Amino acid sequence: MIYAKDINEKTPWQGLTPGGEIYEPATSLTFNTGDWRTQTPVFLADKCKQCLLCVPYCPDSASPVKDGKRGEFDLMHCKGCGICITACPFDAIVFEGEEG
Amino acid sequence: MAHLDRLSGNEAVAVAMRQIDPDVMGAFPITPSTEIPQYFAQYVADGKVHTELVTVESEHSSMSVCIGAAAAGGRAVSATSSAGLALMYELLYVAASSRLPIVLAVSTRALTGPININNDHSDAMGARDSGWIQIYAENNQEVYDNYVQAFPIAETAGVRLPVMICMDGFITSHAVENIEMLEDQQVKDFVGEYNPEHFLLNSKQPLAVGPYDVTNYYMEHKKQEAEAMKDAKQAILDVAKRFEEMSGRKYGFFEEYRMEDAEEALVLIGSTAGTAKAAVDELRAQGRKVGLVKVRVFRPFPAKELAQALSRCKAVAVMDKCEGFSACGGPLFAETRSALYDLENRPKAISIVYGLGGRDVSTTDIKKLYDRLENIAETGETGEIYTHMGVREA
Repeated sequence: MIYAKDINEKTPWQGLTPGGEIYEPATSLTFNTGDWRTQTPVFLADKCKQCLLCVPYCPDSASPVKDGKRGEFDLMHCKGCGICITACPFDAIVFEGEEG
Repeated sequence: MAHLDRLSGNEAVAVAMRQIDPDVMGAFPITPSTEIPQYFAQYVADGKVHTELVTVESEHSSMSVCIGAAAAGGRAVSATSSAGLALMYELLYVAASSRLPIVLAVSTRALTGPININNDHSDAMGARDSGWIQIYAENNQEVYDNYVQAFPIAETAGVRLPVMICMDGFITSHAVENIEMLEDQQVKDFVGEYNPEHFLLNSKQPLAVGPYDVTNYYMEHKKQEAEAMKDAKQAILDVAKRFEEMSGRKYGFFEEYRMEDAEEALVLIGSTAGTAKAAVDELRAQGRKVGLVKVRVFRPFPAKELAQALSRCKAVAVMDKCEGFSACGGPLFAETRSALYDLENRPKAISIVYGLGGRDVSTTDIKKLYDRLENIAETGETGEIYTHMGVREA
């Protein structure tokens, strides 16, 4: 069985699964989609009131929550859409270079 | 024991489907393939099969049903013609690239426009680059036999490609002929149980089918598909051998008819081979060294074998029941002439486009063509390479 985690851009055609089938779940965790991003959000922890509104708005599950608290962005999957910036009522998220 | 029955080509396919008892049929009617889902729906209603008959709103959906069913782990079938096949176009590529062994019966028919419901091969030929195996029949016996062989070919490990079983619309699909049937149990044993290695309904192993393929992987997957199509050649021969052991009827990539010492030959596909064989017999009775090659397997194209079969000829006419609009000949001609290029002593080759939209071809037309080939063989001059047969000229 060939697993997606063992396949990379150097794998020859003989080493890929037929038709690109994927035999394990959650392979998106290993795939860097964050490289699409042209703007990067910055989490300002001191302004955050932990309302967690940004979390359900994020289309890429890139706003992680641990022990009930908002953590740093998952920049491997954040595409920089900025929806979280609009959703945040406390200006606790800004694009890099746009602070203050 | 085998028995004889008189069936239309469409009915013969429906009977083969009943004997195979596939899991799912995506069903949508279009002339002249409509009878296939019609007969089959009766078998479903009578409880003679366990098939889930999914009546859909278009051929785009009937092929989508097949793709979903095959990915889930089932045997999936459909039938179509002409514009129906054209509407499946996108899904044909999805089925093949996802390596799903679906079987599609095609009662071939002209493509619109101008709108026309009669036979030619422009629908199936339009799908020749979709990654499907294509097997063509001359008559009802052949389409029945080809259909029985389809799933074992499609499901061969290392192949895993969908198969189109083509017959000439109306000429074969609606003409009733006496054909030798296989017993239900024979067909079931021949086709066997389908146990795919990976399938979506397997709760023990997660599976994603048809994921997005970025540039760094797409070409490797296309290479895999191309290799599978090459491997299909051996699978087709192996299944044909097993079929011959069961039925006594022999199949290969093509049929050579009186080719042993032939100097002039036709290459063609489908029912016109019957007409052409009669013309060959008449000319042979006059001492002419003529023969024909009827191509059964168009995808994968048996280039090497076909070139070998034609290697002793002086002049060859390749007949396309399809206008490819390449401005230099039909698709079968392009493939055949390309195959001949590797021969040390190539025969002269011409392209004949014929029979479009149901235009009849007679033995007289074929005999005239052999006269033309004789002239080419004698003079070494091909004249106009790309011409249309039976078309009115001012």
